[in-house]
Amino acid sequence: MKYIVRRAIRAVVLLFGVSVLCFLFTEMAPGSFFDEMRLNPQISPDTIATLRARYGLDRPLLVRYGRWLTAVVRGDFGFSIAYNAPVAPLLLVRARNTLLLTTTAMMLTWVIGVPLGVWSAACHGRWFDRIVETGNSLLISIPEIVIALGLLALAVRSRSVPVGGMMSINHDELSAWGQLRDILQHLLLPVAILVLADVAIVVRHVRAGVVEVLGAPYVRAGQGLGIGRARLLFRHVLPAAASPAISLFGLSIASLLSGSLLVEVTTGWPGLGPLLLEATLARDLYLVIGGIIFSALFLIVGNFIADLFLLTFDPRIRTGGLNAE
Amino acid sequence: MRNSVRVRVLILILVCLHMAVLFAGFFAPYDAREQDRDLPYAPPTRVHFIGASGFDFRPFIYAAVSDSDGYGEDRTREYPLYFFVKGSTHSLLGIFKSERHLFGVNSSARIMLLGTDAFGRDEFSRLCFGAQISLGAALLATLLTLATAAVIGTVSGFYGGWIDEALMGLSELFLLLPWLYFLLGVRAFLPLHVSPTGTFLLLIGVIGLVGWARPARLVRGVVLSARNGNYVSAARGFGGSDLYLLRRHILPETLGVLFTQAALLIPLYIAAEATLSFFGLGVSEPVPSWGNMLAALQHYNDLVSYGWLLAPAAALVVTSVIYGMLADALHPRRS
Repeated sequence: MKYIVRRAIRAVVLLFGVSVLCFLFTEMAPGSFFDEMRLNPQISPDTIATLRARYGLDRPLLVRYGRWLTAVVRGDFGFSIAYNAPVAPLLLVRARNTLLLTTTAMMLTWVIGVPLGVWSAACHGRWFDRIVETGNSLLISIPEIVIALGLLALAVRSRSVPVGGMMSINHDELSAWGQLRDILQHLLLPVAILVLADVAIVVRHVRAGVVEVLGAPYVRAGQGLGIGRARLLFRHVLPAAASPAISLFGLSIASLLSGSLLVEVTTGWPGLGPLLLEATLARDLYLVIGGIIFSALFLIVGNFIADLFLLTFDPRIRTGGLNAE
Repeated sequence: MRNSVRVRVLILILVCLHMAVLFAGFFAPYDAREQDRDLPYAPPTRVHFIGASGFDFRPFIYAAVSDSDGYGEDRTREYPLYFFVKGSTHSLLGIFKSERHLFGVNSSARIMLLGTDAFGRDEFSRLCFGAQISLGAALLATLLTLATAAVIGTVSGFYGGWIDEALMGLSELFLLLPWLYFLLGVRAFLPLHVSPTGTFLLLIGVIGLVGWARPARLVRGVVLSARNGNYVSAARGFGGSDLYLLRRHILPETLGVLFTQAALLIPLYIAAEATLSFFGLGVSEPVPSWGNMLAALQHYNDLVSYGWLLAPAAALVVTSVIYGMLADALHPRRS
């Protein structure tokens, strides 16, 4: 319990740090949202000054930061200039779409990755293992942007999956079942890209853990006692080997909001990514800061969950038996 | 033993690759900005050996002509391929001016090994020159990251105390940042419209300063264990100053970690440059980089109709895989 409180305090401090960092960067930035307007001779400098004053951009840094903090406490994370609306609702809608995409991808990644890793370790050194290892090394090296463009090209060429967006144009006219099907079809491509980009690292972690445990004396004892191969692997070896994979699982939870930016932009998925990219290009500061804080919050909470997982699942850490941790 | 041979071979290949990139102007038949508005989206030129006069060891090409359904070859005239020809002026290593190119054809035809882009610019030449930007940015950004990490990690590990606490707290903050968002954010707050050199340096700075946290922590670990080593205590006992200890005993210990991290970071940074430029936040036109060349493919239809424009993606894969193999060989997993 004490541990949890300490972690929570630490998380709040870290979030403060991130927000301060963001504001310091905005202060260093020479441009602003109204730069393009300044080039327009029809808009007088007075109008721009008024607009700047309305959004509070003419105040000193500390005042702006204070105002922003009160906005956070109020729950709206400041005001987006481009959308003329509070930031939080904008982010929430997009975050929902992002989470739909990333949780699906994450579940698939783990459902594929864990058995593959265990089997590959069980056939350590044989052809199946070699193939998996080579495929892994390749997939880990290939940049995500290349995977995205490659699958995109395949999808567009084969015309078998819809590309771009989250719904078809006629989405509203479909039945409830049809709407679900429509969204699932649109999910296929971005999920496939994410799974391909992430599955290799899962396989590698699981495999390394299992290979290490397989050499332990109690595994040989289990074999000697006549425990079946599958049962031995999944019931006895996997839990003992799970620590690195569980840490990784926490990291995947942590990156649920921020890990899919590239995929969202390339496939046109209406998640946080495209919103933030637009905000970046338009210099809509509070929207950018809000997005960064949102995903940082997720990262911190994800890491925290990972630690809790480790505590619950690995008794060796609780009792201090695994002094490496 | 086998592993160390593999490391050497891979490093040799990479050094050759980077050296070749330095001489991009020699390998590229045309200038990266040279447009031919009559030949937009031309497919790759086919190199022939068998022509009207039968087989010849000197390859030749036919000029590309646009017809009703795309491009065809003008079979009436053969343009033999010559090596070490004179062409447009380029600078080698930024110092020497040269007109020599590895290969080329008579100037009334164009050889486009990887086709052309929307402005009729030779994709192969752009790939060569783009490599200078992409690989150069990644290398310099890696240097910046490792230098920062070495300094912070060493100070943190060697002096300990509150300095250590503060620096490691800061590194935890950087580890927690969603890095792509952070890159976007940092880039958002910096000027959008600056000269290509400016963006290049900016890109290096932004990418290089984001990734220092992990290597700094690793360096700190190495420094910590080295600092407590008997030989360091002995040297201290003989009256060695802090600077002497760091230079002679501690920094050499960190080289291994730094080297492995370099092999991991360079491909990551190549991809980071490509991603940022793909989003339009990196090096801007007309200067080519692998990322902004790929940005032309943001329209789905171009991706299918003009598949040769994916060439930078292939180049990304090749370099990343070589670096990945190097990282694997340098850091063999326990299995």
